Amino acid sequence: MNKVLLRYTNLVVLTLLVLSFFSFMLAYLFPGDVLANLSGVQQHDPANLEQLKARYQLDSNIFVQYWYYLMDLYRGDWGQSFSSGLPLYEEVARTLPASIELSTYALLVSFAVGLPLGFIAGLRHHRNTDYALLSMSVLGYSIPVFWLAMILILTFALQLGWFPLSGRISLLYEIPRVSGFILLDIVWSDVSNKSEVLLDAFRHLILPTLSIAAFTTTVILRITRRSVIETMNSDYIQAAYARGLNARQVLFRHGIRNAIMPILPLLAMQFTTLLTNAMIVEVIFSWPGIGNWLIQAIYQRDFPAIRVGMLAVSALVVIFTMTIDLGIRLIDPKKSKVERVAI
Amino acid sequence: MYASVMRCSVMLMCFNLTACDGLITSKPNPSGIVYCSEGSPTGFNPQLDTSGTTVDASSHQVYDRLLDFDPLSGNVLLGLASSWEISEDGLRYTFQLRKNVEFHHTAYFTPSREFNAEDVIFSFDRWRLLDHPYHFVSGGAYPYVDSLSLDKLIVSINRINDYRVEFILNKPQSSFLANLATDFAVILSAEYGEKLLESHQQERIDNFPVGTGPYKFVSFRQDSYVRYVRNDNYWQPLRLTEKLIFDITPSSSLRFAKLITGECDAIGLPAHSELDIIRQSKGLVLDEKPGLNVGFWAFNTAKPPFDKAEVRRALAMAVDKNALIEAIYFDSAVPAKNIVPPTSWAFQAEQKGISYNPSGAKKLLTDNGIKPGFTMEIWAMPVERAYNPNAIKMAELIQGYLQAVGVKVDIVSFEWSTFRERLKQGIHDSVLIGWSADNGDPDNFYRPLLSCGAIKSGTNRAFWCSPEYDVLINQALQFTSIEDRQYFYFKANDLIAEQVPLLPIAHASKYQAFRSELKGFEINALGGVKFAGVVKD
Repeated sequence: MNKVLLRYTNLVVLTLLVLSFFSFMLAYLFPGDVLANLSGVQQHDPANLEQLKARYQLDSNIFVQYWYYLMDLYRGDWGQSFSSGLPLYEEVARTLPASIELSTYALLVSFAVGLPLGFIAGLRHHRNTDYALLSMSVLGYSIPVFWLAMILILTFALQLGWFPLSGRISLLYEIPRVSGFILLDIVWSDVSNKSEVLLDAFRHLILPTLSIAAFTTTVILRITRRSVIETMNSDYIQAAYARGLNARQVLFRHGIRNAIMPILPLLAMQFTTLLTNAMIVEVIFSWPGIGNWLIQAIYQRDFPAIRVGMLAVSALVVIFTMTIDLGIRLIDPKKSKVERVAI
Repeated sequence: MYASVMRCSVMLMCFNLTACDGLITSKPNPSGIVYCSEGSPTGFNPQLDTSGTTVDASSHQVYDRLLDFDPLSGNVLLGLASSWEISEDGLRYTFQLRKNVEFHHTAYFTPSREFNAEDVIFSFDRWRLLDHPYHFVSGGAYPYVDSLSLDKLIVSINRINDYRVEFILNKPQSSFLANLATDFAVILSAEYGEKLLESHQQERIDNFPVGTGPYKFVSFRQDSYVRYVRNDNYWQPLRLTEKLIFDITPSSSLRFAKLITGECDAIGLPAHSELDIIRQSKGLVLDEKPGLNVGFWAFNTAKPPFDKAEVRRALAMAVDKNALIEAIYFDSAVPAKNIVPPTSWAFQAEQKGISYNPSGAKKLLTDNGIKPGFTMEIWAMPVERAYNPNAIKMAELIQGYLQAVGVKVDIVSFEWSTFRERLKQGIHDSVLIGWSADNGDPDNFYRPLLSCGAIKSGTNRAFWCSPEYDVLINQALQFTSIEDRQYFYFKANDLIAEQVPLLPIAHASKYQAFRSELKGFEINALGGVKFAGVVKD
């Protein structure tokens, strides 16, 4: 057990170190002044320049510089943005929760829809229901996310006028930011018309959540279906039938648990796909998340922002993936052996 | 078992439907107005920036001026001044100031006194006097007053008593009152200035503004929003909305989409290609007014071979202006004959423009030593403006026309602030840009666009300096009657037509699109958008 923990911690730390070194190198690889790329301060007077140089140890060798860079990262001193001049740590802390929130809701929706449908398809294996669900899933699988988002906007926002098409909440409501998760913040805030504000936030959530969830739902459906088919054909299920259990009992006592257990890591890994898709969808729905923010940074050649944004997203993905993997390995007795971790 | 599952799902369905009903039908509360603007303001002080975006976000929302324009007639009205007197010789302007006008009480500043003469002197001295403590704060460039040389015109500003100030000019200038009513002549708070000076936070005066205007500034987030709340102590009895939000939406199609869904109550700069759809849409209103602007193609006359009038004329002849207007403005503009639009009294209907004549242009070019294969740059501005909604497309069309006369064109475009910076350095061959006037006086076109003084301040894109022209437009200001001034402006028009420092292309109409619930929203032909007196039913 300890060995597994140690091994995972090692992996996470090493990967993060490599990532942070890469992000540090970006300051050198991007065009322009290294100091500007690191600090985000573009115009400096001589006194200021010396001070900054000393802070980032630009006169020392690259490893010392990297060490100071790591210390700054750790302290939350990530430099400032070229375009807005705001501290990057706060910018990331503002945008990242919005992306995580969107991805989480989409993941929940995908589970709620994909798992039951996957079971139905698996149980009705090679029948019309199965074919119908399977063809639907091929459709959902092959529709590009951004295109689906456009179609949803066109239909539900522009034609029917049901849902808004941009942002997280109407700007007329001012919700103080505490956690960065809009629904939580509304619940915690002391606005007078809370239910009205919540409803407005829900209305903003629906279209972006659906457009990201569509792809993941079909993936979950297909994974679940295959696992259910395999499980239901296995010997212990046959044995259960032989012992006289009816179909419902077999499914609930032996089927579900055994079908879900092996695919749990696969399902959890969908979160990273979701996050990537969310970053695309954010731009379309003007969702104030990290994807939208990064795209803006790329447009405006805001190198410090690109450097930090990439690091934040990749670190999140690495930590999340490893944690899920570790968690599953710890609860699943069948996987006591340490294997190579795949992302 | 099966029945219970069915019952459950039916109940769930019902719940879903009612929930959906609530989700779909609820509309945002009517306590505020959301205006979707086209970009982030660079600050909240229009003295420092002539860009329309900055003016929109500050001038008529946060501040007041001594005088105002009537948005319908363009006449000068009283603002913070309650009356004015002009001396016989036209050199002394005395203003009586309004009493009981309060500055904004905000989270970052609480005024202890009301508006008085100190504030007027502070606001004008800031750009007028180099030794003023605020002159070099936030860059220290005042493009509008520089382009009109107002700092040289005013000799002194004197306080007579708390509610009376006089302006002494060094020569009579008939456009002076109009200049005081423009978006740029805002009144700042002297007390706020002093307080910031004590705490060494001078820059805040332009980023956390305090004024006397109808709305108080609350917060601003780059590329996302500006928030204002109603100024409950506003001195004018106008209906104000409780909250005013500028939702910054750079893409014009997204602004339009948000207008349809009701996320915006009004939008800035609707795209010309969308105008017809807005007109046909139920619940949307499109207002149109002839704009006081001009889109033009300026040649850098400081750079050979564009220093030759004949070359400039030949290039102008090679381009079919009407085709450009059809393709770029979708017929929402009138072809320009000269730099002033037809609504101005300096406009000459009988003046002849340069007509499209490619063969003549070719001949004129060869006569002036321009060989086939000559390459020139056209700089096209990267943003949409009323006077030119798509400069890059226009540059491509001109590229085609010039190819026909044997001139090769490279199209150059940078990000907007870099673009303006480099234009100021004068390294361009020619540029597609324009000008929106800030007051109805024709001097507002003639002086900033082509006078020698405007080269330094960066509004004379042609780098054209003609002493003859400067004499004409200066003489025009010595007279007050329109007939007298027309004489000089008509002569200036002839000079421009003869020298072609720039090719005027079009005067575009100004559009404003908003939802029909919005009442009292008028196009301000003379400058920035105005939300005082606008409410949502």
